[in-house]
Amino acid sequence: MTHDSAATEAHDSAATEARSARVGWVPLTVGAMSVLVAAFIGSTVGAAGLDPLSVVKAMLDALPGLATDSGLTEVETNILLEIRLPRVVLGAIVGAVLAVAGASYQGVFRNALADPFLLGVAAGAGLGATIAFSVTGSSAYLAPFAFIGGMTAVGFTYALGRSVGGRSATSLILAGVAVAAFATAVQTYVLQQNVETLREVYSWILGRLVTVGWSEVWELLPYAFLATLVLFGSRRLLDVLSIGDDEASALGVNVTRVRSVVVIAATLATAAAVSVSGLIGFVGIIVPHTIRLLFGWSYRVIIPLSILFGATFLMLADVAARTLVSPAELPIGVVTAFFGAPFFLLVLRTMRGPT
Amino acid sequence: MISWTDVVVIYGSRRVLGPVSVDVADGDWLGLIGPNGAGKTTLIKSAVGVVPHGGSVSFGGRQRRPGLDVAWMPQRPHLPDDMGVADYVMLGRTPHLGYLAAETKHDLDAVYTALEKLALSEFARRPLGTLSGGEAQRAVLARALAQEAPVLLLDEPTASLDVGHAVEVLDVIDELRQEEGLTVVTAAHDLTLAGRYAERLLLMSGGLVAAEGPPREVLTEDNLKAHYGAGIRVLDDRDGPIVVPMRKSDV
Repeated sequence: MTHDSAATEAHDSAATEARSARVGWVPLTVGAMSVLVAAFIGSTVGAAGLDPLSVVKAMLDALPGLATDSGLTEVETNILLEIRLPRVVLGAIVGAVLAVAGASYQGVFRNALADPFLLGVAAGAGLGATIAFSVTGSSAYLAPFAFIGGMTAVGFTYALGRSVGGRSATSLILAGVAVAAFATAVQTYVLQQNVETLREVYSWILGRLVTVGWSEVWELLPYAFLATLVLFGSRRLLDVLSIGDDEASALGVNVTRVRSVVVIAATLATAAAVSVSGLIGFVGIIVPHTIRLLFGWSYRVIIPLSILFGATFLMLADVAARTLVSPAELPIGVVTAFFGAPFFLLVLRTMRGPT
Repeated sequence: MISWTDVVVIYGSRRVLGPVSVDVADGDWLGLIGPNGAGKTTLIKSAVGVVPHGGSVSFGGRQRRPGLDVAWMPQRPHLPDDMGVADYVMLGRTPHLGYLAAETKHDLDAVYTALEKLALSEFARRPLGTLSGGEAQRAVLARALAQEAPVLLLDEPTASLDVGHAVEVLDVIDELRQEEGLTVVTAAHDLTLAGRYAERLLLMSGGLVAAEGPPREVLTEDNLKAHYGAGIRVLDDRDGPIVVPMRKSDV
């Protein structure tokens, strides 16, 4: 009898322990709260000082069926709803996408240094943007050209990787390096021939969250939503891939298909994100790694938390970009690297203490 | 029931296995023995489906259903350092989970049972990186058991275990085989142990079957000398042959 109940107890505790790959409510709640707080800070801080309480009221007022008097002038309300808010939302989406894409790349290639730009997306998008500036002389066609450039580069990476190394992950990464080097070379050539575009292209490469209202948000949203859904659904399979291709396939996982689906989803979202925001570095490495160090190895934890903390990180980075050298603006890519890299080293140092 | 029929594996231009044809009946234990490079691991991998091969491998007359027909314990498994033991064993449940499905109570039960059978319950939360070689090996076996496949393919399941733990683990496998009618195929270098547990031994050499039969027929001095090349003495014990390696100077 005692033996039985002891056995049941041991059973229950083993059962709970087996769930440790699940994300806890505490980090999820903290993540969700941090998104809201960052969005709030992002909406109130800026060149036009808006009273925080009025901002909340104005946002409530904008919701259908709610009417409050925010006390903001019409101009202020417009600044909030048509300039600041779309920028905050765009920052959240780009941050979430880059972080979750980085986490997915790291899982699918079993490489801690994999980032969303691994397979040549950044170089291809950069080339696309450069061509758009040089040919048209304006930034109107920048986003579609960057998107096409990014996807084309990854297409080449995939074809090249398969033709030299079959299904191996390493050959894909090496092909990405080659394609990126080639795209960068072509980009440099085009830039040299059109020196007058240098400044514009450079500002895009450093990343910026400049919007003209909500249109960028609506362009990016479908890609971001679909890709995030696919990556979120693949989180358990990413855990299985961590024991290697052979063992995963012995467990019934179609490794090639999972890898393709995840890479395509992550790349599509990354290309869509950088086509509107430029090349914002570090987010895809810093955010998933910090989560990994703090909350554990499992992608069932890393993926959902990357979405939340990626959004938070980029919204706050944008606040810094807007305010640090106000009234001028820093490129957000400079901010993410400037604050992200030391913070990441700090986390790394703290966690790799004597264990 | 697992059947290899005319299985051939070629790496580049080199034939490393076959043609080999072997049947293992339900509930049987086949021990694969043979020197390094004899093709034991390749034979196992061909059944798991992780090396391209000619010929066919069938399970009860059917084609392999990925993950469901056979559980595999690789010779050199990937063990992510940070992963907890219970989480690792839970990976064995992957074939039973749909793309979006969560684990059911039955999955948790299977994990718990496997942990307990291999005396790993107290290690459930320990990261794999902190385990000793023997504990890690038992964790891999626990993952294979949690898979609840009718055929177990174990590539050197006792390689890093001391003799006490080796016997313990092989006893667990044998017990499961008898209780649940599992079919077991093991590759091993400890010939005496292989003869103690397997009902039938397959001596492989150069990718081919050199001898096949009950341990007493396969574990003969002539057979072993011919294929291992070392000085070997075989003593006949009541429970089976004892294989004793000899120094060159003593032969």
